[in-house]
Amino acid sequence: MNAAAVLPAPVPRRAGAPAAPGRALAAWHALERGIDRWTGPALNPLHHLGSMAFLCFWTLAASGIYLYAVIDTSAAGAHASIERLAAWPWFYGGWLRSVHRYAADAFVLLMGLHALREWLHGRFRAHHRFSWLTGVPLIVFAFVCGIGGFWLNWDELGQYSALATAEWLDALPGLTTPLARNFLSLDTVGDRLFSLFVFVHLGVALLMTFGLWFHIQRLPRARVVPPQPLALGLLAMFVGLATVTPVVSGPAADMTRVPAALRLDWLLLFVHPMADALSGGLAWVVLGGALAGLLWLPFMPHRREDAPAARVDPDYCSGCRRCVDDCPYAAIGMVAHPSGKPGHELAVVDAERCARCGICAGACPSATPFRSVADLQSGIDMPQLPVNTLREQLRQRLQAAPAARSIVAFRCAHVPPPACLLAPDVVAIELLCVGQLPPAFVEYALRDGAAGVLVQACAPGHCAFRDGATLLHERLHGVREPRLRPTVPRERWAMVWSGARDADAIAPILDRWRGPQSARERTPSALELST
Amino acid sequence: MNASTVDPSRHRVSVGAWLGQALLYVLFAVFIGVFSHWPVYHPLPPGDALIKISFTHTGKPVGDCRPLTEEEKAKLPPQMRPKQICPRERSPVSIEVDINGRRVLQETAEPSGLKRDGASAVYRRVQVPAGEQKIAVRMKDDARAPGFTAQLEDTVTLKPNQVLVIDYNAEKGGITF
Repeated sequence: MNAAAVLPAPVPRRAGAPAAPGRALAAWHALERGIDRWTGPALNPLHHLGSMAFLCFWTLAASGIYLYAVIDTSAAGAHASIERLAAWPWFYGGWLRSVHRYAADAFVLLMGLHALREWLHGRFRAHHRFSWLTGVPLIVFAFVCGIGGFWLNWDELGQYSALATAEWLDALPGLTTPLARNFLSLDTVGDRLFSLFVFVHLGVALLMTFGLWFHIQRLPRARVVPPQPLALGLLAMFVGLATVTPVVSGPAADMTRVPAALRLDWLLLFVHPMADALSGGLAWVVLGGALAGLLWLPFMPHRREDAPAARVDPDYCSGCRRCVDDCPYAAIGMVAHPSGKPGHELAVVDAERCARCGICAGACPSATPFRSVADLQSGIDMPQLPVNTLREQLRQRLQAAPAARSIVAFRCAHVPPPACLLAPDVVAIELLCVGQLPPAFVEYALRDGAAGVLVQACAPGHCAFRDGATLLHERLHGVREPRLRPTVPRERWAMVWSGARDADAIAPILDRWRGPQSARERTPSALELST
Repeated sequence: MNASTVDPSRHRVSVGAWLGQALLYVLFAVFIGVFSHWPVYHPLPPGDALIKISFTHTGKPVGDCRPLTEEEKAKLPPQMRPKQICPRERSPVSIEVDINGRRVLQETAEPSGLKRDGASAVYRRVQVPAGEQKIAVRMKDDARAPGFTAQLEDTVTLKPNQVLVIDYNAEKGGITF
């Protein structure tokens, strides 16, 4: 048997799906795999950077609301009130303030790592463009809000930061009176100016709340809280940090002196030394250029992929909305069905938002292969790999398979196949995403003579389309429509969340279906040995 | 059965995974704990002081006021005829600062506003070694007048990290330290 007979036709990819990894992406994947070994892929923090940043934001909001209620936000009283706070019982005094600060530090770090990961995976164009473009302003908001928080303390660090910010803003053209003149003496820092500080810190935080909501608008199942173990770990980390190195105020602001030595929070305030070192104007050019670059990324010219978007067939769309519910990118909406039948709706696909993952096709109830029609049409389908082709491919390859009882493996095109799936008795069928698989195909394959059906999905957190593996998992386990019928023998199908390196987990499952005799008799093919 | 019970991201938390988490959080906490306080930053080099030269001051009009000509009066209704008209544009404000005989600042601030009728503003920082400094400041705010219109010379002793502000306040007699 030659390789062409074993390997399915390659699935066309499109922009936004992981491209051939560059060195940086390969290094990132190596880091993720390394951490996977410690934590397991499901709890690898690198797979939950966005939701962990969200948890930091919730922590900031909760601690910030409390702090705002108890501290004095006047120029004359702010420093003294925060000093008093530190003397209160630890659990609602300085400790809470420390948690607030460290949550801000963690937020910007996680936000940076999240942006880096998305960039490395090319998730800034096509259906990712909206989330990317709405994410870039959040970087600005985070730093403006974070830096403004230091001013409210009005110690020498707050004084330095406020003055350095004013001097940096003065480097911009168009200001009639230098803002830094507001900090020539303590007399010029009045309650009105302090109200502006409060507005910067709280107002921008409110803007961030809106911005975060906007950021996830096209991700219907966006996770705004990480899995419980990660959430507990992150909160415990804040508590630990606040206990081991509590944040303390410096001496009260004194405009007649430049602070001699500052224990600077480099994660939030790095821009001040940067402006000191480069000059304010050059710092604007560097940071403004970096932001402009981030905003330009989605519009960067690139080779366009020709993979078509999901296609709706009005004759078969029942308006059930399952595809709308399952689409991870909110690319499907409903309109009145052209039939004019009252209440009858039709799915419509926004091609710009469509990720070409096929998860909608897997959700369509009309995509069952048991329908006795020669040309299987479904309500919503992927033109590059329609369910009819999938059914034909399965039938023909099961018939052509050399083994008496072959094993069918439906696998994600984004995961390289482990060697054991290249065995001659395995009919491996590559999908755009495992979420594309209508669950009835499992039963269909078994009825067509397969010894067992394996679904190889990406490892948790690695899904190229966010939720494909999770959705199929739920469908196969009968908790999401369309469901795999419970009468299908549970021991004859398996879903494995794995990568190419997890052949050890897959091979025993295949051997179980082969039976002891078959497993002994099976000899590896030349292709297997060379893989 | 609900969705969470079959989502592998919601279970299978082994002891190793917890330990792995703990180790990662310790590393993350160390990173945050260190770089939220260290390295210590010195906004000024040790032993230096800072002189801020800053003012916002509206210069004198660039020209003299003059009575309206008969032709100009004729264009205005009788109740709106002023006795004289003055140019809106203000003189730029020039400043020179010498410290210990060395020129550290020589700048002319243009008046703000589209009609150039607003205040001129300057904000500059000059780092000097702490100790005794002989400072001479000269300012000119009238384009029609020859030479400087205000000046002040004084010797001050600055401590390390001290900030000295050189400002202009007409109510306090002009240039102030």
